[in-house]
Amino acid sequence: MFTIKKAFAAALAVVTLASIAACGSSSSSQGGQQGDSVAQIKKSGTIRIATFGDLPPYGYVKNDGTRAGYDIALGTQMAKDLGVKIQWVQVNADGRVDSLKSNKVDMVLANFTVTDERKQVIDFASPYMKVSVGVVSPKKATITSAAQLNGKSLAVNKGTTAEAFFTEKYPDVQLQKFDSKTQQFQAFKDGRVAALADDNTYLYAWAKDNPTFTVGIKQLGDESTIAPAIRKGNTDLLKWTNDEIKKLTADGFFVKAYESELAPSFTSDIKPDDVIIK
Amino acid sequence: MVHSVLPEAMSLASTAQAGFTVIFTGDNFTRLLVGLWTSISIAGLALIIGIPLGVILGALRTLPNPVLRVVLRIYLECFRILPTLVVLFLAYYILPAEFNVQVSGPTVAVVAFGLWVSAEISDIVRGALVSVSDHQVDAGKALGMSGLQLLRYVRLPQSINLMIPATINLATRVIKTTSLLLLISVIDVVTVGQQIMESNRMSHPDAAFWVYGFIFLLYFIVCWPLSKLAQMLEHRAKERNNG
Repeated sequence: MFTIKKAFAAALAVVTLASIAACGSSSSSQGGQQGDSVAQIKKSGTIRIATFGDLPPYGYVKNDGTRAGYDIALGTQMAKDLGVKIQWVQVNADGRVDSLKSNKVDMVLANFTVTDERKQVIDFASPYMKVSVGVVSPKKATITSAAQLNGKSLAVNKGTTAEAFFTEKYPDVQLQKFDSKTQQFQAFKDGRVAALADDNTYLYAWAKDNPTFTVGIKQLGDESTIAPAIRKGNTDLLKWTNDEIKKLTADGFFVKAYESELAPSFTSDIKPDDVIIK
Repeated sequence: MVHSVLPEAMSLASTAQAGFTVIFTGDNFTRLLVGLWTSISIAGLALIIGIPLGVILGALRTLPNPVLRVVLRIYLECFRILPTLVVLFLAYYILPAEFNVQVSGPTVAVVAFGLWVSAEISDIVRGALVSVSDHQVDAGKALGMSGLQLLRYVRLPQSINLMIPATINLATRVIKTTSLLLLISVIDVVTVGQQIMESNRMSHPDAAFWVYGFIFLLYFIVCWPLSKLAQMLEHRAKERNNG
């Protein structure tokens, strides 16, 4: 007669255990509110870096399941110099700030453009790349000025500089916002939008693979930079990263990384100086 | 006419073939299956936690206690109204930022989906239990059955075939909702698919069609037996009740 009671007790036990397990894993955070210092990262033996998994040639996953790209090359070199392993955490564009704020990662290397708005909530180290907003459109209906987009629909990726730029400067453009790069380019190729705005360096690579499209607007607004992002207040890791980038620039690391990771994907009119910082 | 059409058709066929090969290039096939396993195991654990909890909550909601009813109703409405996306985001990003509590992505997913399942199941169970006619319950009471005995021998057997279709429906929805998990950095089958499409963009521009098609097939293989199972269980429950 008490089988129901037993079943209830068992179910309650399962739920209780699950919540205990959930609480148990909470002890893994050692960083406190500032994030892990360099010493703590070295001690734990692992640096957690957020990156994209669908953005060749910056951060993507090869067919053998390993990560590759310009951001990945930089992260790998940094981990080597720190003497630790890397734990890559794949994020979407709009997960980059929150993954740092919530201490899910120590650093973001995900084609992250430096903006004043972002600087208020996270810290950026010295930049390692230059970039502006560009607009790609079909060759048979090329968009060459932002004014041409008024009243037309434009694809952007949520949480990107392109989204912020058009929202602020061109409110009459109808923005269609997508969660991932894959989705926005698919919508664009399907003809659901007139054009697509994203970082110009990324569009150069995309236009090379899709010859019926062209980057009609190469630069909109001011040139910005791309830098590693670190949790606000983690001055220790910030200082180490700044020193590391200075050292890697002097060693010519970025020129080598450009040649091996980026050059094969770009159209031939793009020069290393257009992209990397010396 | 024939001459001009034929080469075009052939080139279309060859690119289509090239797109399909992406799924079997390198470790892609295994990676997709690993991604599928992530989706299934998270959905499965959420159902294992959520269904018993939901049954208890549903049974409690049939009790004539007004306070309990209001509290459980609020619980149900919260999880039914809040998009799962918001629950995941709050638990994964906001909770640690505000309270410095770190919970891993898969755990957040299992707990958030489990709570959602329990809320939905509680309504399914309550609805089915109250549908059992009063004279059946009265007959049980006349035999001197306790509340739990009434549940076990009268209400549950007569209402279980009403719960099954909705429960299986919910299970397939949970499996499909795992495609949101990249938000909390859990790599599910759809994310693996996007990784494959993007890294092969240059060599296989039409990979999207084939990879999404393959993912469709995987979801179908997982969800279709569930529908069949639901049919079978429902049939058996009906047979038992009527015969």
